[in-house]
This record gives sequence, C-alpha cells and structure tokens, in this order.
Amino acid sequence: MVTLSVDASKIEIAAGTNLLAACLQNDIYVPNLCYIEGMDHPPASCRLCFVEIEGKDAPVPACTVEVRHDMAVRTDTPGVRRLQKTALQLLLSVHDVDCKNCPANRNCALQDMAKFLKIALKSKHLDLFLKKSKIDLGHPFLEYYPNRCVLCGRCIYVCRAQQAHTQLTFAKRGFDTVIGFFGNPQSSPPSCDTCRACAEACPVAALLPKP
Amino acid sequence: MNFVLDAQEKSLLEQIKTKLPEIGNDRSKLIPVLQLIQAKLAYLPAEAIHVVAAHLDISPSEVYGVATFYNQFRFHPPGKNAVKVCLGTACHVKGGDIILENFERKLEIKEGETTADREFSVDRVACVGCCALAPVIVVGETVHGHMQPSKVEGLVLRARIEKEKQEREKQQK
Repeated sequence: MVTLSVDASKIEIAAGTNLLAACLQNDIYVPNLCYIEGMDHPPASCRLCFVEIEGKDAPVPACTVEVRHDMAVRTDTPGVRRLQKTALQLLLSVHDVDCKNCPANRNCALQDMAKFLKIALKSKHLDLFLKKSKIDLGHPFLEYYPNRCVLCGRCIYVCRAQQAHTQLTFAKRGFDTVIGFFGNPQSSPPSCDTCRACAEACPVAALLPKP
Repeated sequence: MNFVLDAQEKSLLEQIKTKLPEIGNDRSKLIPVLQLIQAKLAYLPAEAIHVVAAHLDISPSEVYGVATFYNQFRFHPPGKNAVKVCLGTACHVKGGDIILENFERKLEIKEGETTADREFSVDRVACVGCCALAPVIVVGETVHGHMQPSKVEGLVLRARIEKEKQEREKQQK
C-alpha cells in the first residue's frame, strides 16, 4: 500500500495502481475518455485526464502514471483545466452536436465533461469540421456514425480483448480517420452478432447495434 | 466500389500467393507484402486484403487499417486513361481544383477512384514541374497545360470516341 495526497484528501491504495484509476475509485473526478480499467498501456489519446504532480514541470495524463508513495497530485489547477478545456473544445469541433436526435443524450461523456469543465457544446472560436458521410452501414451488425465518434479507441480495445481477430480498426488518417471494418458477414465470427461489447464501450453512441 | 479481378490479375494474385511462404508470416511483413502486391497489381483489391490477412493470421480489418493509413497504397485500379490533376501551388492558384471538380463531375467518380469500366482514374498530384503551364494535368504520359473546363469535356469525349472506334474496327475484323 502507498499513501498519496490528491487535492485535499489522502488516499491509501495498492502500489502499482494507475493514478487515474486511483482518483476515480476515491470519488475524485478527473475527466477522461479513452481509459478503460485494466489497460496495460493506456493510449492517453484523449488528452483529457491531465493532473499536476509535484516535482514535474508540466501537467501529465494521469492514466500514464503509476501511484508512488508520498505523491502530491493536484487535479484542479488553472493549467490543468486550460488543457482539458482546449482538448474537449477540439473534440467538440469535429463532433456533430445534435443532442436532440442522439441516443446518447443525457448519457453522454461529452455532455458530462462540458458541464464539469463549464464550456459550451458549440464553440464560438473554433470552426465546426464534419466528415461528409453521416452513417456507415458497412458492418454486418453495427451502425457507425463518423461525426459522433471521438476516436477514443475503446471499441477497438474491447473488441481485441473479446476476439482473437478484431473486427474494428482505425482506418485512414488525420481528419479522415474513422473506425473501419473490412470484410463480409461470413468473415466475422458468429459471436459478433451477440457480443455488443464495442457498442457498450462507446461513450458517445457512435457505434450502435443494427436494429 | 468493388472491382472484379480480370483473368490476368487473378493469375498474378495466385502467383503472389505461392511466393508468400518465402516472405514469412511475421506481422512485421505486412507492409512489405502489401507493397509486393501493389507492385504486381498496381492496386490492392479486396481479395488481396483477405489473402494477406489469412497469410499473416490477422483480421482483414487490421490489414485494411494499415493500408489506408499510407498514401502509397491505392484501392482502385489505375484506369486506361490515368488522369493526374496537379494541385501544386501554381496550379492551385490558377484553379486546378476546378479542373479536378470537372473531372469528378464528368466521370461521376471522386479523386482516387476509377470508373466502373476502368477507362478513367482521377488522382491529385502535387506539382508536375511545369508551373508555367498551370493549371496542368497529366493523362498517362501526356502533359496537358492551360487546362480549362471545356478542355476536360473534350478530353473525356475524345477518349470515349476513340474507344468506340477501336471496338467497331475490332468487330469488322
């Protein structure tokens, strides 16, 4: 066991625990999107879970750090919040903010974090940049909405954990990046029809089972 | 759009299949294998993606993900008239994007794609080195300078008429 301080509270937790997991388990909320408990190598791609650690010059993503004894962590400094707000605004600038028609409405990671960080869902100073295709029906069992997707990679991670041969992948590059599928109904394993792990892992309802 | 492999492509793909065991089935061989296929077939057909996936024992999705990341791989066969529209600085300023749009509308395909009859493919390139002729396109090996929308029309029409003529001559023989 190690003891560390996070903001005003002292936390006692098993050595080797992920710092982000340690915070969340102790009811200290740190915004996050791409982290899933138990990940060996968190991708740290959402750039949201920044914290300040005493002795480090710049904020670091909490999901990439293991707890150490006597660590002093701060989760709510202006520097941290500024990074988190910018990261979320950038995510929202490529997100089709159409909450009324979205099944994730009121149960959406982006809405929750925007409320927590006190930023608007529609940015004033960033242009909205959407992909041309609204929906991809290429997968035999899934609907994919590229403009809802935040490319956190959770679906790919859980698919890889379930299936030896993952059906999902990042395809293309840069602003064109999408979650891609390749194959035909015969090439997907039969369990794909009932698995649903990827759709359940999606924080923004970009992947939905076909009705 | 999925293209049906012609007989020659099928035999090339079979040839490649026999060569694959020499290369080995380590994951790190994914890009070299894709490069080999593209060198032989000039593009990566869907069938080839499945062949590679089976050979390396990874999912076709993963092969597709890697292949789409790199600009060097294409998924449409080059057309008989491979149109390359220059969008370098000079051509861009002189309206190269309008020329590209004209081709896309006239041929009903998007850049990087090929018409269903494989007669035309349209790609964008960055500077072919004769900026004084901007906007420039290259069809096959031939450079066409000072392009205009009307010239796009003419080029496509001429190629189609020539093809018809050839077919008629073939029938007469």
